[in-house]
Amino acid sequence: MLNQKVQDVFEEPACGHNKAKSEKDRKKGCTKVATPGAAAGGCAFDGAKIALQPIVDAAHLVHGPIACEGNSWDNRSALSSGSRLYRTGFTTDMNEMDVIYGGEKHLFKAIRQIIERFDPPAVFLYQTCVPAIIGDDIEAVAKAATEKFGRPVIPVNAPGFVGGKNLGNKLAGEALLDYVIGTMEPETTTSTDLNIIGEYNLSGELWQVRPLLDRLGIRISACISGDARYREVASSHRARAAMLVCSKAMINIASKMEERYKIPWFEGSFYGISDMSTSLRNISRLLIERGAPADLAERTEELIAKEEKEAWAAIERFRPGLEGKRALLITGGVKSWSVVSALMEAGLVVVGTSVKKSTKEDKERITELMGEDAHMIDTMTPREMYRMLKDAEADILMAGGRSQFVALKARVPFLDVNQERRFAFAGYKGMVTLVSELHRTITNPIFQVLKNPAPWTPGCRTTPLV
Amino acid sequence: MTTTVKPGENTSPPSEFVSVNPLKMSAPLGGALFFLGLDRSLPVFHGSQGCTSFALVLLGRHFKESIPLQTTAMSEVTTVLGGGDNIQAAILKILEKGKPGVIGICSTGLTETKGEDIVGEVALFRKKHPEHDDVPLVAVSTPDFRGSHEDGFRDAMIRTIEELVAKGDKTVKNQINVLAGSHLTVADIDYLREVLNAFGFSPIFLPDLSRSLDGIIPDNFEPVSMGGTTLDEIRRMGSSEHTLVIGESLRGAGEALLKKSGVPYVVVNRLMGITAFDRFLVTLKNLSGRDYPESLKRERNRLTDSMLDSHFYLGGVKVALGLEPDHLFDMAHFLGENGMELVGSVTTTASPLLSKTPGPKPVTGDLGTLERQAESGKAGLLVTHSHGRQAAGRLDIPLFRVGFPIFDRLGATHRLFIGYRGAMETLFRLSNMMWSRDPENQPDTWYPGEKNPIVFGEGTPEEFVPVNFEGHNERSGGGLP
Ligand code: SF4
Repeated sequence: MLNQKVQDVFEEPACGHNKAKSEKDRKKGCTKVATPGAAAGGCAFDGAKIALQPIVDAAHLVHGPIACEGNSWDNRSALSSGSRLYRTGFTTDMNEMDVIYGGEKHLFKAIRQIIERFDPPAVFLYQTCVPAIIGDDIEAVAKAATEKFGRPVIPVNAPGFVGGKNLGNKLAGEALLDYVIGTMEPETTTSTDLNIIGEYNLSGELWQVRPLLDRLGIRISACISGDARYREVASSHRARAAMLVCSKAMINIASKMEERYKIPWFEGSFYGISDMSTSLRNISRLLIERGAPADLAERTEELIAKEEKEAWAAIERFRPGLEGKRALLITGGVKSWSVVSALMEAGLVVVGTSVKKSTKEDKERITELMGEDAHMIDTMTPREMYRMLKDAEADILMAGGRSQFVALKARVPFLDVNQERRFAFAGYKGMVTLVSELHRTITNPIFQVLKNPAPWTPGCRTTPLV
Repeated sequence: MTTTVKPGENTSPPSEFVSVNPLKMSAPLGGALFFLGLDRSLPVFHGSQGCTSFALVLLGRHFKESIPLQTTAMSEVTTVLGGGDNIQAAILKILEKGKPGVIGICSTGLTETKGEDIVGEVALFRKKHPEHDDVPLVAVSTPDFRGSHEDGFRDAMIRTIEELVAKGDKTVKNQINVLAGSHLTVADIDYLREVLNAFGFSPIFLPDLSRSLDGIIPDNFEPVSMGGTTLDEIRRMGSSEHTLVIGESLRGAGEALLKKSGVPYVVVNRLMGITAFDRFLVTLKNLSGRDYPESLKRERNRLTDSMLDSHFYLGGVKVALGLEPDHLFDMAHFLGENGMELVGSVTTTASPLLSKTPGPKPVTGDLGTLERQAESGKAGLLVTHSHGRQAAGRLDIPLFRVGFPIFDRLGATHRLFIGYRGAMETLFRLSNMMWSRDPENQPDTWYPGEKNPIVFGEGTPEEFVPVNFEGHNERSGGGLP
């Protein structure tokens, strides 16, 4: 059954990437199979948990031995405006006896305890490798628990070994489609109800966008799943339109909700000033098509004009410190061209950018911005990155947290632009933060200080005190 | 040195007439602190018992040790009549009870106002009591109303050198004097000793708080300091090869030693941070002719790594700094080197270093000045001694406690600041302090005051359509209800 599901989620007709692939490649899916000895990146369970944990008032129970949850809980910065229950690490912490006799009873009791002690609106149940192998049927346990306790218990069947994070995201989406979405009714609906899919409110990024939607009178009926309440997600099938936040991860939710509930959607991004504006325009266009007041378009333009002006003015202030500095931009999911345009606006020279997940149009836009000899990088090994930095081909590396140490060992400033970062970079305010962080990092004197040779380096000319 | 500022003299006319929450500690306290770093010593304040008891309590709160400190217990009458008799009585009483290694007598505001010559009074005692000729007595003039504790500390050191260091006929190879500034902690002195040993030196520290105020549990209780620079060591300082003067304020003491016994000196103004310590080590290598110790190479590597790790938290942090001049100078460079920005800088007494301190020109002032500077400069961190806690509380910013006194935290004397290792430890402590204050973003962080309505409340749903476990939830009719 799980196998079928995995096949299903790869058959994604709406995915732009998939359409361009050959029949054979499409079957393989968009997640590469991990290579022994050369794998980096989380498992499917990790991906599923990342996708669902931001539902803040639910309990998230991991069925497995201690490693899966023990090594990963509370390690991400998805923020909540209310309940903190989502950050409580729940696991069955399976022991040897469970492994021998099966862990289903243990799991059932764990659910009971959580409901008794924490009274959450729902419990998400995550399958992991060990119980999957010994045949614990979490669907059956979830069903029994739901009936017994009168509380939704949602099985998330994404044990780590089935694939990587991306697949896990998708399986999490399937769990929502199968067991959550459409199971409750909203108290009221409006003509501007919008779903945002694939936004996790990391470091509070949703809050860099949400107030702007509020100003336009647009109601987020559900963000799946950043700062979400269970009830919102469960009744999200009544929204008028949806935005899929640029990433291939949760496309199944968007397309199946369109299929089932006729909710039109578009794919967009909140990163970069122009992307943000485009997204706002698309949101208002879709909502107007579904019956929102026609003046929304006009008001959206006014808001965009004002916010863009403010953002560019703020970015301009950092120009003196950034003018002519060379940045190397290696991002995972973030669409790079719109960030590139913000960087260039701040006076930076982008010496290379990753295009691993960019579409053909994205690449064209990058060429447009950076010129014909734009250095587009598909994949870059840490060794190559180190060499580039060591040879002073860039003044700053902007990349995911894992590349941090590559940059720092080369004594080159680094800015974390991937998921576990400390700062929120979405929307107009986020881009200003990005540029100000760049400025703060590039101007830090330690990089100059650290270039001084140690006193014992041959040829060191440090002078003695007199 | 081009600037000639007499220590303890204010260069600029005071612009403030009331000191609001003083930053400065008194000169006699500095004198007492110096004497406490000598073995079996007993500092005596020539003044009323109140001055002595305040100093005693403050020193005790900082070091968490019982502090030997005596008083000449001047009364109203003796003050008017002159305190010579009280000094003599106090010395005799002390000698009756035991025989301290050194008796250090510091004057106070009270007795100086009366115009007493403390050095003369002690000379008088010598004349009157030849039977006590072998008792080392050092008298120093430390009026409360001139200078700060850095000044009192130096003056006590100069007087000790003048009184007790021997001429020095022959030079002992590899013996080195370290005139240890009052801003060095016990841990700093230990570290410095380790480093000097590694270069093959046998150092004599004057004073040596690492052996006296470092928490020794004695066999029997004596009302004198236990451990510290011994009298014999002080005498032998005249035959050292070099003197390291740690802190500009002690230049005069280095000079006194040069005059008395011809030992050349090097002034070391900075020991914190990588750049400063690199230079210091080059100096030591040149003086010793030995190669760099391996252990320091590893420490430097660790420091560079910790600088990188901590710059994420410290870069761009605005700091208001209040310390004695020597300490201020070293700390200001260190903070700047690590990407922090000084927005306020307050000190206690005049010093030729002030014009060379990075950041805004330090002003002589109090914690009130510092608080104002911190506020107007939008400081995110206050660096000063424990008395800064109220200001930090009002400004709602963290306080990094350095200097003297630190009475509301344990372990102040065992914190290492200098050298590669001290820099690393300090960076970690600073980073953790800032990190623990990292604010979590809120729904209205970016658009203050704008509401972020949550459509549904949290909690237990009253009603829900039960999860359909028999296959997909094929409910239709979504979108428009
Ligand atoms: S791979 Fe399996 S066992 Fe490992 S963390 Fe992921 S779910 Fe747990």
